[in-house]
Amino acid sequence: MTKETVLEKNKSGLTNVLSCGLAWVDERFPLTSNIKAHLTEYYAPKNFNFWYFFGSLSLLVLVLQIVTGIFLTMHYKPDANLAFASVEYIMRDVPWGWLIRYMHSTGASMFFIVVYLHMFRGIIYGSYRNPRELIWLFGVAIFLCLMGEAFFGYLLPWGQMSYWGAQVIVNLFSAIPFIGPDVSEWLRGDYLVSDATLNRFFAFHVIALPFVLAGLVAAHIIALHEVGSNNPDGIEIKKLKDKKTGIPLDGIPFHPYYTVKDIVGTVVFLMVFSTIIFFAPEMGGYFLEANNFVPANPLVTPAHIAPVWYFTPYYSILRAVPPFPGVSMLGIPPSLFPGVAAMGLSVMVFALLPWLDKSPVKSIRYRGSLYKKWLAAFVVSFIVLGYLGTEPSNVWGQFGAWLGNADRATVVARIFMIIYFAFFILMPWYTKKDKTLAVPERVTG
Amino acid sequence: MSDNHHDGHQASSQLDQASQVDLDKRQFLIASSSVGVLGCAAAAVPFVLSMTPSERAKAAGAPVEVDISKIAPGAMLTVEWRGKPVWIINRTAEMTAELPKHNDQLTDPNGDVVSQQPEYCKNKDRSLKPNLAVMVGICTHLGCSPSAKLQSKGDMGENWTGGFFCPCHGSKFDLAGRVFKGSPAPVNLVVPPHKYLTENTLLIGVDTEDKA
Repeated sequence: MTKETVLEKNKSGLTNVLSCGLAWVDERFPLTSNIKAHLTEYYAPKNFNFWYFFGSLSLLVLVLQIVTGIFLTMHYKPDANLAFASVEYIMRDVPWGWLIRYMHSTGASMFFIVVYLHMFRGIIYGSYRNPRELIWLFGVAIFLCLMGEAFFGYLLPWGQMSYWGAQVIVNLFSAIPFIGPDVSEWLRGDYLVSDATLNRFFAFHVIALPFVLAGLVAAHIIALHEVGSNNPDGIEIKKLKDKKTGIPLDGIPFHPYYTVKDIVGTVVFLMVFSTIIFFAPEMGGYFLEANNFVPANPLVTPAHIAPVWYFTPYYSILRAVPPFPGVSMLGIPPSLFPGVAAMGLSVMVFALLPWLDKSPVKSIRYRGSLYKKWLAAFVVSFIVLGYLGTEPSNVWGQFGAWLGNADRATVVARIFMIIYFAFFILMPWYTKKDKTLAVPERVTG
Repeated sequence: MSDNHHDGHQASSQLDQASQVDLDKRQFLIASSSVGVLGCAAAAVPFVLSMTPSERAKAAGAPVEVDISKIAPGAMLTVEWRGKPVWIINRTAEMTAELPKHNDQLTDPNGDVVSQQPEYCKNKDRSLKPNLAVMVGICTHLGCSPSAKLQSKGDMGENWTGGFFCPCHGSKFDLAGRVFKGSPAPVNLVVPPHKYLTENTLLIGVDTEDKA
């Protein structure tokens, strides 16, 4: 026997062992078929661009949040008397605790950045349209879950912002007519935000919502792989398949093509992420607010309270809507329900997109100028409302007596709130009226 | 037993031949599923109720006794009652004289929303003694604690006559805790149940009529 044949024989022996092992598993668990269905033989359109990084990045941040979260719970104490100090203990005394905590707190903001960009991708390329409505609805549910995670998690450090933020948000529920006050008392488990509230928010944050979130993410991906990915041209690649193989002509296997592409995205993302963690973990008060470095004090509200940046567009809408004055003749008391309802609606309205969009085309590439103008107006509204939500309502001073000395910022917020909602409410009209371009048969660059 | 019963029915007209539906079995499934759903709902009750305020939380609402002799005119004292801040403001004569003058700018100048003060404080000063105002320092909008801006004018502008400003959403209240029109807060600040035990001792949490 020559040396070569011995090596070859050994090699095939090892391969044999591996393939035997795989066959043993496959008889008992659909491993190979799942790898094929979701990776090596999942055909994604070949024209994915920059915007398609943010789905896989969302998954990456979810994993980072779960892992860093697990390690934080090893040192954190969900007790009103101990919570604040235990976070400082993590920051100062736990080896590398500061890094894990900053990864988790920065991760929260990064999660919203990548999810907002991921949602924007879905909007510009019409990824929510038939047949992907359920993918979109699962996505909206994930977004709501994420907001819940962010809100519950923000109470845990038990700082002034934690405390008063939770006080405000839980009180939002008390504005619901009739059952409201009981609902908010039930959520708090006390007559005010207290140890009972902290303890249950911890339970929601580390057990209840992560479970729901994981399930929703699985549903989101299963639904996506059932119907196939959309693409920047908004055309269905499954319509044109190779006659012999049945593979879409414009499709390429997810692995290795897009796994490699996503690794590039991951590396760039981790560079940005690390830069923030090491050089600006508080991000000038936008990621971690200054007042949250003061322990919670139920008797004093900080002079200026604002939610973290990712909630501020909705918070601006809450502030912009005036309360219902009440009808004393009929015994209807005044109520702040309109503002609360508008805020709830501003989040939930995303779920209606698949049915509001009546355009014959999906992608912004083939839409007319009317849609583009509305989308631009919406983006500007979202950003302006977001900025105003971080500032007190008197940030731009007051108008004169001719406008009843109204706060300038409040008036501006009201105008942009109307544009925000008009983008959705008028969508059936302007998407139908819009002059669209002809959509090509095959995907373009 | 049940097998015999079932077979007996199958042989008879209970089996709808046309649609191949065993109506007997369907009825049984509907009934047992309904019982199952009711059982699950009943099992959820303890879990839902476990989240309501505990006995310890309910017991924490004891009345608070306050010595008010040391509050200078024009100053205020904050005490904790049921975990909430309660303000006691010693208003000067000028301050109380100002109160009725801006009634037209208020949402509810006369305290018509009955839940916001006890009957014995439904008067022009919203207090038992004209100078001493007692109120829960929690904004009726979303529960922040407003900042005291007791003196007139200052950083609140030329028209400010003294009161409270909520930093969260900009609600404004006067020195009787009455909300100004245009504020996000829908109603006046709450005046808690209180009574004077002696000239200088205030008890918060017990109504004046009550025999404490």
